[in-house]
Amino acid sequence: MARIGVFLCWCGENIARTVDVAQAAEASRGIPGVRCAEHYKYMCSDPGQALIREKIVSERLDAAVVASCSPHMHLKTFRRAVAGAGLNPYRIEIANIREHCSWVHHDKTAATAKAIDLIRMAVAKVRYDHALEPIRVPVTRRALVIGGGVAGIQAALDIADAGYEVVLVERDPSIGGKMAGLSETFPTLDCSQCILTPRMVEAGQHPRIRLHTYSEVEDVQGFIGNFEVTIRKKARYVDMTKCTGCGECMKVCPLKRTPSEFDFCMGTRPAIYMPFPQAVPARPVVDKNVCAKIIRNGCGLCEKKCAPGAINWQDRDELIKEQAGAIVVATGYKLYDIGREQKSAGITGYGEYGYGKYKDVIDALQFERLVSASGPTNGEIKRPSDGAAPQSVVFIACVGSRDNAKGMAYCSKICCMYTAKHTMLYKHKVHSGQAHVFYMDIRAGGKGYDEFVRRAIEQDGAKYYRGRVSKITQEDGKLIVRGADTLAGTPVTVAADMVVLASAMRPADGVEELARKLNVGYDENGFLLESHPKLRPVETNSAGVFICGACHAPKDIPESVAQASAAASKVAVTFAASELTREPEIAKIDEQMCAACYTCVRTCPYHAVERAEVRSPKGALVKYTARVNQGLCMGCGTCVAVCPSKSADLEGFSEEQIYAAVEALS
Amino acid sequence: MKLGYYPGCALHGSSNDYEQSLKACLGALGVELEELDDWICCGASAAHSLNHTLDVALPARNLALARRQGHAEILAPCPMCSMQLLKAAKAAAGDVELRAAVETIIEAPVDAGAGVLNLIQVFEKSGLDQIKSAVKRPLKELKVACYYGCLLLRPPAVTAFDDAEEPRTMEAVVAAAGASPVDWNYRTECCGAGMTMANPETVLELSNRILENARAHGANCLAVACPMCHVNLDMKQAAIEQRYGVRYGLPVYYLSDLVGMALGLPEAGLGTQRHFVAGPVSAKEA
Repeated sequence: MARIGVFLCWCGENIARTVDVAQAAEASRGIPGVRCAEHYKYMCSDPGQALIREKIVSERLDAAVVASCSPHMHLKTFRRAVAGAGLNPYRIEIANIREHCSWVHHDKTAATAKAIDLIRMAVAKVRYDHALEPIRVPVTRRALVIGGGVAGIQAALDIADAGYEVVLVERDPSIGGKMAGLSETFPTLDCSQCILTPRMVEAGQHPRIRLHTYSEVEDVQGFIGNFEVTIRKKARYVDMTKCTGCGECMKVCPLKRTPSEFDFCMGTRPAIYMPFPQAVPARPVVDKNVCAKIIRNGCGLCEKKCAPGAINWQDRDELIKEQAGAIVVATGYKLYDIGREQKSAGITGYGEYGYGKYKDVIDALQFERLVSASGPTNGEIKRPSDGAAPQSVVFIACVGSRDNAKGMAYCSKICCMYTAKHTMLYKHKVHSGQAHVFYMDIRAGGKGYDEFVRRAIEQDGAKYYRGRVSKITQEDGKLIVRGADTLAGTPVTVAADMVVLASAMRPADGVEELARKLNVGYDENGFLLESHPKLRPVETNSAGVFICGACHAPKDIPESVAQASAAASKVAVTFAASELTREPEIAKIDEQMCAACYTCVRTCPYHAVERAEVRSPKGALVKYTARVNQGLCMGCGTCVAVCPSKSADLEGFSEEQIYAAVEALS
Repeated sequence: MKLGYYPGCALHGSSNDYEQSLKACLGALGVELEELDDWICCGASAAHSLNHTLDVALPARNLALARRQGHAEILAPCPMCSMQLLKAAKAAAGDVELRAAVETIIEAPVDAGAGVLNLIQVFEKSGLDQIKSAVKRPLKELKVACYYGCLLLRPPAVTAFDDAEEPRTMEAVVAAAGASPVDWNYRTECCGAGMTMANPETVLELSNRILENARAHGANCLAVACPMCHVNLDMKQAAIEQRYGVRYGLPVYYLSDLVGMALGLPEAGLGTQRHFVAGPVSAKEA
């Protein structure tokens, strides 16, 4: 005979106002198997927990039902409480009489009856609970960081400084990401490269960081503590061990007119190139789509010039494997592709702004290269069409942001700030120039941010118009920007020499594909989903995979860095234990019953069910079966639902328990 | 290809030159038009600003007629008409109560999935390559400013046709006819439209900007697919020239004029001699 204790919580007035707890306790005592039923004002408090422990001992209880708030809130609290009295923590059930009852009802009589029903169901379920032990898995104490922008670098350095090994994978030839190309940063106007490049060098030289640049994550297998990652190292055609980074090859390459990705096509580069002089690693790569040697076996000048003989035309993509215990995703962002990117075909998404049609209409990252001291114009503001210093520049905020019709619904968050910065940098370099800004709202929340925008307007004289631009056309060499000033209630026309579009931030290309490899969720815009927006901001629903930076949502440098450090600390926490424990409420397969149809293998969203063999003690094959990988299973129950032979079941949520609970209602 | 044809008031009245042009042109392309029997007003101009139910019921009845007369698709050459018809179908599809009210009024089911085409779409349907290969007289001398105006493209959620801000389709038709579309800036700006009655000054000002910009970008004629645009840019051109002391002399062609001429149809058959501003082609013929 079961000896079950029922513990009802008043939750102050939250429950007691609507549910007659004394009456519910009395009714609970009549449920078969219930040994005692107590109620208390705050069951989660110290005295409340002490009451539970005391009753477990005095009544020799073997299971307990706590009728209180949602298990999301306090299941762990009560598990610890009963464990303190020697009861297996998986032998308690929560009857949620707050969110499921008192908060959503008014009629006290009916609510009390419902609370009793919920308790009866929980009692029926708890009867079939049995003692479970947390699952223990070993940990590989090496982290994989995907993306070598400022967030990835920060995460890698923090993890490495905590004493763990890091594998840092970057798609481009150098780490540094978008920040390496920025001019100066808001709100302090300190030089972006000056603060980033030392960190890049640190990451490149750190004894515990292994760098794979020009590489991409091809495949991820395994689970928290035990990931196996396949990385594609793209062919560089340069032997990293021989190359000294002297740069002679780049000087002799005749194909110097190739648009530079790093300069967002504002400048050019040779076919063999380093994206920028401070690149880490400071080793060039050959662009196989441009190089004359690779395309038609011509040229080869770089090879002749290379003293150490580092050019290797036989280089091919290489797949390597790395083991990791945790993964940090920091893949960053790209800008909305103005005039080309759109939700539905037929709409070009701001084609009316003439981006791509008028040379002097550029986007914000292109402007960054134009004002950067290391940029293609050495920081002189020369407009692309004729190299003249623009005397009038229009900056348009929210291009593609906050626009359901042809862009994204969300706010890109950083454009207000960098647009203010752009107007200042422009004014500081072209003293006679006038900056005009069209904006929807100024969103300058942050330390020193609003002051910064005020400075742009009040000290550096940027003209701000609250309104949208309807069209940009070209007349007599001027860009005619027609918009509205909604505060003045008038149309505004500005004849500009250059236009800068603050286009929306979007997740980097390929992030959705990567997310699927990692079993990480993403939203309709492709931004990766955190596990809980407030309490688990850098965790994902895939155990052991963490996110930071702009792959999660538009964010600025300070936020990305803070989040990267948060992700790093989560990795350090994961690595602190010698082995990991996981909740044991996962699926199990009755291997004798299993018909090995593998429907579950195909359906499991976490790839946690594997094909396996049952063998006799002598090693002979008895039968095939499905088997749950305890490290991967998230306990969602999909396999239980699809199993035709009913061989799959969920610990702590068995079909037996669910049926018992439903029957208790009738 | 056989299509239902909804002329609307303009093509049977002030802009019957448009009807003449498109019938001749489409006839040469093998597009057979069958005018809807008993069609009524589309609800534009007065009705839609006075009574929302009537605004939907009027076009809905025309759509019901089309369905009853066996037309899966109809051509409504006036953009105001085509927009009204599409808008009614969309409104009735999304509002059960409105739909019931309208069905009571028109005593017929609302055809929510009606296919309503504008003139450009009919050219696209008959195939631009086919037009290109049927061209007998490429309009090499014509530098055409394609003018879309407002309702051909807007509201984009209703018309669901081309890019409302950066359209390309009319240029493609003009190019198929062997003419050169020019790149200019006023393709989707307002001509003043119905203000021509209430506030003619506004029309003169707005239409003047259009003509001025077309000429500044090297156009020697304009193409339109809207009777109202044609009235403001062609009929009013003399008034605009007088008001602003300029001389444009820019002929304004219906898109079907250009395709028709390229196909070798005589201009008299297309009715271009009835335009107020004579064109270079007409002048040469004469």
